[in-house]
Amino acid sequence: MADRKPLLELKGVSKRYGGIAALTDVDFTAYAGEIHAVLGENGAGKSTLIKIASGVTDASDGEVLVNGTPHRFRSPTDAMKAGVVCVFQELSLLPDMTVADNLSMAGTPTRGGFIDHKAQRARAIELLKRVGCEDVHPLELVKNLPLSRRQMVEIAKALAKKPKLLILDEATSALTAKDVERIYVIIRELRAEGVGILYVSHRMHEIEALADVATVFRNGRKIETFRKGERSVRDIIQMMIGREVTHHYPPKPPYQDNREPALAVSNLNWGRELSDISFAAGKGEIVGLGGLDGQGQRELLLALFGVLKGVEGAVTVDGERLSLTGPRPAMDAKLPLALIPEDRKVEGLMLPMSVRDNLTLASLQQMRSGLGIDSAKEAAAVTAMVDRLQIKAPDVAAPVATLSGGNQQKVVLAKWLMTEPGIILLNDPTRGIDVGTKQEIYRLLRNLAAEGRTIIFYSTDYAELIGCCDKVLILYGGRITRELKGEECTEHNLVASALNVETVPEKAA
Amino acid sequence: MSDWRYHFSHNLGTLTAVGLFVLMFGIYIGNHEAGLNPAVATTAANKAVLLALVAMAQTLPVLTRGLDLSVGMIFVMANCLASAIVVGTIGQGLAGCIAVLFMGLAAGFINGAIVVYGRLQPIITTLATGAIYYGIALWIRPSPGGDVQYDIADFVTGQLFGTVPTSLVVLLVVVLVIWIPYRSSVLGRGAYAVGSNEQAAYMSGVPVDRAKIAAYALGGLIAALGGLILTFNTYSGEASAAIGGTYTLNSIAAVVIGGTSLFGGWGSAIGSIFGAFVLRTIEDLLFVFDLPPLWQPLFQGVVLLVAISLGAIRVFRIRNRLELFT
Repeated sequence: MADRKPLLELKGVSKRYGGIAALTDVDFTAYAGEIHAVLGENGAGKSTLIKIASGVTDASDGEVLVNGTPHRFRSPTDAMKAGVVCVFQELSLLPDMTVADNLSMAGTPTRGGFIDHKAQRARAIELLKRVGCEDVHPLELVKNLPLSRRQMVEIAKALAKKPKLLILDEATSALTAKDVERIYVIIRELRAEGVGILYVSHRMHEIEALADVATVFRNGRKIETFRKGERSVRDIIQMMIGREVTHHYPPKPPYQDNREPALAVSNLNWGRELSDISFAAGKGEIVGLGGLDGQGQRELLLALFGVLKGVEGAVTVDGERLSLTGPRPAMDAKLPLALIPEDRKVEGLMLPMSVRDNLTLASLQQMRSGLGIDSAKEAAAVTAMVDRLQIKAPDVAAPVATLSGGNQQKVVLAKWLMTEPGIILLNDPTRGIDVGTKQEIYRLLRNLAAEGRTIIFYSTDYAELIGCCDKVLILYGGRITRELKGEECTEHNLVASALNVETVPEKAA
Repeated sequence: MSDWRYHFSHNLGTLTAVGLFVLMFGIYIGNHEAGLNPAVATTAANKAVLLALVAMAQTLPVLTRGLDLSVGMIFVMANCLASAIVVGTIGQGLAGCIAVLFMGLAAGFINGAIVVYGRLQPIITTLATGAIYYGIALWIRPSPGGDVQYDIADFVTGQLFGTVPTSLVVLLVVVLVIWIPYRSSVLGRGAYAVGSNEQAAYMSGVPVDRAKIAAYALGGLIAALGGLILTFNTYSGEASAAIGGTYTLNSIAAVVIGGTSLFGGWGSAIGSIFGAFVLRTIEDLLFVFDLPPLWQPLFQGVVLLVAISLGAIRVFRIRNRLELFT
């Protein structure tokens, strides 16, 4: 292949967010007329790579070349002008506007300075036809479309820009099988026209069906680029996992199958996001929720905590039926539930308020004396909790915003521990915090479990699930597809079942 | 055919405001002893057009998910400036009019520039600039008074061909010359895009900053036109904080009644015009039914509350309780 024409080249590109490296010294080339798959676990650096290529963010170091000339994209518009167009995972459509408006948002056809609605409409009809969405009316508002149609419109919008390099970032995650077929056809047509394609997907069979070349990323570094058929699925998974030394986890007790039941969920359904979820968790058990990002894990936790409306199915806590009508019944259950939310800054903390006020917010009922708050009792409880979790705060009266990320997360945990929960739901609690604090949290979880509490633990980090959990439920498309118990929790099994590829269960060495 | 269904649903807010106005104005005329004649229409129009213009001015920033608390003050400042410089011959008066409009444009531009480049919240920015504009108004006209070019004033507040109130025609011209072209320009659609989802708009290559500044600047221009017409009605200028404040708050009410979302990205200045007409007609209705004018705020409040309640229907469709708080 001597005539391969490099479209986009990254040379020695690095990206740091604060002190944390998201991408380290990456050399990467995408060629015209090739479909290039980008593979890696959650947080391997794929998203950062795409953001740099499409102008959403700037590289900290290194060079970006398009057609051999160096470029610096300051905005997505710059990248578009150079022919690099990205279909983003988080949709970039404008919900309150019509499909036709959205499709012509960039490069609007005008006549005498005004939008040419006729031309815009004709273009919309043509683009919709190309992506097989003839059923979508150009005047329909985007917010009225179901998610799968929106994703197709997003793809049509990218095609409207006549890309030279098209980046698809998990673009098929919400699509039906028929739509995926349509996308395959379009992608192959584009390849024949000489367009380069970067294809990010977690679905192995899609990669096998489409890619000419694939590159694996891990921990912000490029591991290897290889041509189709040169590596087996097994090799690829091994490359994605790597063999680095992982964190130190507290010792796990041997797996017990006959724990006293604490939480039982049967046939939980919520729209298309949760289907037929059934599982049980015993007292003193840490149950992990695994799988790719966004397969219903968050929704499951929210449903258990009563935040979602219209959930069907039964949840029993220590033999009693739990009413899913709001956080209050969940907090008042026989074994009280606590939810450590995902985004501590938005859902977990009142940032301008003091550490003390944040800590006691969920348990004020217990500190009451008459109409006021018993401040001696409050102070004692706060001191005890700060000691127990070793929260490093200069003063409990200081605003939470002044603490480090790790300590903020401890405050969120402490706030819920003060309610003396029997069942603790954790939504990716270690995201974006330092290694030291992570290890403290792992120890804390194990200690809490040893006290007989039940922990449901969602994490995007596979290693964490293996290190901490007694059993792991793998979710895929809103269903539990696999339950890995005790020894079955290995990286290979986790990754393979998360990608929904069949492999023989493997025992840990 | 099915196109009509979409156009209808896209303009439902505006149509509701139009319907409400027609109903209320019908009741008013039906109970008016003189019925609908040019004089009655002109009196009603001259009052209503003022708020309609300020409400249009408010609509533009609101569409970008902003708010302009200075519209009422720009309105008052334009009134004071007009009472000082729209004088002399017709030619001089017209030159003065242009200067007043230019000043409104500049005031709005300053609002937009601070919001965009200072990255400040619109609500507090315009609260501050509004106070400054009011200060300028006081400086121009420390006590009520001044004058205005009579020929222009009589023309604008009179009737065309002895039947149509000229102020309504002026309003129509503003719609045709400013709103419609703006709405169908790339910049105007950018404003809707920014209000709908600023991040997505940026990702789609919309000139976010320019769209916002243009919205505030045009808003300033239209508010100043309102102040100019106020001067033609009163033949004088008055730096009244009460007038400025009332117009600002009523403009927001009119925008909401007209079906524009305070969350941005959805609505129309035409809806706001009818929202303003609705608010004005309340006053007239109280008059024909011989009710004390003191009841006006109460009725305005009720109409406003009903209008917002219609918008709150979405709450019943929410599936995730956390969305109630966004």
